[in-house]
Amino acid sequence: MSENARTQIVGRGIPVPGNDIDTDRIIPARFLKTVTNEGLGLHAFEDARKHDPEHSFNQKVYEGASVLVGGLNFGCGSSREHAPESLKQWGIRAIVGGSFAEIFFGNCTMLGIPCLAISQDDVLWLQRAIGRDPRQAMAVDVERQEVRFGDRVIPARIPDGARNQLVSGAWNPTGVLLEAGDAIEATAKRLPYVSGF
Amino acid sequence: MASSLLDKVWNAHTVRTLPSGQTQLLIGLHLVHEVTSPQAFQALRELKLPVRMPARTFATLDHIIPTTAQQRPFADEVAEEMTVHLTRNTQQSGVPFFGLESGRQGIVHVIGPELGLTQPGMTIACGDSHTATHGAVGAIAFGIGTSQVRDVLATQCLAMAKPKLRQVRVDGALPRGVYAKDVILAIIHTLGVNGGVGYAYEYAGPVIERMTMEERLTLCNMSIEGGARFGYVNPDQTTFDYLRGRQYSPQGAAFDRAVTWWKSMASDAGASYDDVKRLDGSAMQPMVTWGINPGQSVGVSERIPPVESVAEPERPTHREGLAHMGFEAGQPIAGARIDVVFIGSCTNSRLSDLRVAAQVARGRKVARGVRAIVVPGSQLVAKDAEAEGLHEIFREAGFEWRNAGCSMCLGMNDDKLRGREMSASTSNRNFIGRQGSPTGRTLLMSPAMAAAAALTGAVTDVREMMR
Repeated sequence: MSENARTQIVGRGIPVPGNDIDTDRIIPARFLKTVTNEGLGLHAFEDARKHDPEHSFNQKVYEGASVLVGGLNFGCGSSREHAPESLKQWGIRAIVGGSFAEIFFGNCTMLGIPCLAISQDDVLWLQRAIGRDPRQAMAVDVERQEVRFGDRVIPARIPDGARNQLVSGAWNPTGVLLEAGDAIEATAKRLPYVSGF
Repeated sequence: MASSLLDKVWNAHTVRTLPSGQTQLLIGLHLVHEVTSPQAFQALRELKLPVRMPARTFATLDHIIPTTAQQRPFADEVAEEMTVHLTRNTQQSGVPFFGLESGRQGIVHVIGPELGLTQPGMTIACGDSHTATHGAVGAIAFGIGTSQVRDVLATQCLAMAKPKLRQVRVDGALPRGVYAKDVILAIIHTLGVNGGVGYAYEYAGPVIERMTMEERLTLCNMSIEGGARFGYVNPDQTTFDYLRGRQYSPQGAAFDRAVTWWKSMASDAGASYDDVKRLDGSAMQPMVTWGINPGQSVGVSERIPPVESVAEPERPTHREGLAHMGFEAGQPIAGARIDVVFIGSCTNSRLSDLRVAAQVARGRKVARGVRAIVVPGSQLVAKDAEAEGLHEIFREAGFEWRNAGCSMCLGMNDDKLRGREMSASTSNRNFIGRQGSPTGRTLLMSPAMAAAAALTGAVTDVREMMR
């Protein structure tokens, strides 16, 4: 099995309540003014944390957590990979949510962060359960598509393509795309707009 | 068998099926800007890989550049550093770059169509979620993250799952004073901010068919705000007329051959859709957002809806929206006080947008205490607008006339809201903090409505001010 395989992530959870948490919220645009990814983790949810001292990312009890539990439409908005990158640098290894915005989901997959969808009822249950017992480890099982917390086994979903990539460890596709070799140029040459009509 | 444009474009660009089950999709046009590319070029250097198809890659500068003084080096040192990086990265890799001195610089989603780079039947990717804009000409265009920018630079391909296809039909005819911006805000309001997740949107119906190309660009631009990563309009005579004679469009006899191919890529009659939604354009009115996502909108004659009027899962965001904006449920949106007006962004900064706003502003004055800026989408838009004297109309009315860039859409340069300022903005996102102030507030609307708000200092039904 590849060392990159993301079959299962085990760690403590951190709830981020609310729906439609957008990428501007996850990392405000002013922190995108950089030519490297250095230090992005320091700015995860920066404005939300300043606005709300009780924000989970401010609470000591969640330090070291690695599974973010969000609501519906998590990561909507911009394509900035700085958003999942900042969460990754903060320590997030997997995200569980009601649903995910598509570009954010893809960016997370490219960074090896599985995003699993569970029902909204289960989101609310899980966020409360983590709040009650933040020291309890949980498991995000990508292979079996389930999330486990204590005795509860919550059915979860992740699209097949991303699941296969994560479980096999091939979530960074540069190598596999390069393997196509000359077929790339051959496909391009067949396109009238490439060959000049 | 009848196929859709999505099917045809997807098939034509499929290199192979990957072991994961995804498609290895060839990207016909890759657009690059300064914010999401430096880490990708760095990754390429680390992998010791060249840019695979530099001739199918184009770069410009838009997000961080100042719209006032543009002498180099920029006063903002990080903006200068990002500019230096993009200039060097494009020079070293042979990627054409439309910098400030090119006369072609502008918001990437404005210059692509304007230069004729964006063409029907293409796959187009860019490290920006508003790449769906280019779907207006009948392309499959979508935003990508920086790791995917790296992959396109290195392989000209992406690993992608094919989306489902939804046709969004807008029937009837738009009343006076109702624009493409109002149509897309109405679509997002009706189908929801996450209604399009997993779908490509094909916009169709008489209202869409009658739209100009610039209106279609506005429409497709905000597909992502409805959760759809892709949105397109089938190419037709409007598309071909728009593309004829542009710098990168096929020329002479090649143009006629191109039109034949472009026509063949449009969805066939009888193509199948996973879903069809219909809206009545005749019933639409100017739209204004009141909340913190682009689906939280009302017609200008309406009141902000109560929490109970929305489905249970949407209620927390609804409450949060009211609290952030300082609005009460039941309050009419008309009359809401405005501090700042921003006319610009990849949604609404093209010549036709500026003409409509100028027509409203002509001979009138910006209300006292309102800061109003007009930021053309590109150097070419600015040049054309100035040739028509639009800049003079704006200046005489008290608007600032700026240089091209993304500007106050996302506040990565000096153009930001301050404190809790309320802005009437023609941009695409009203997220908390979006316009550069963590407590700033944004009302999205059309250029005509934004111009009206500048003149009265409050949300105003522009139809009452139209001559």
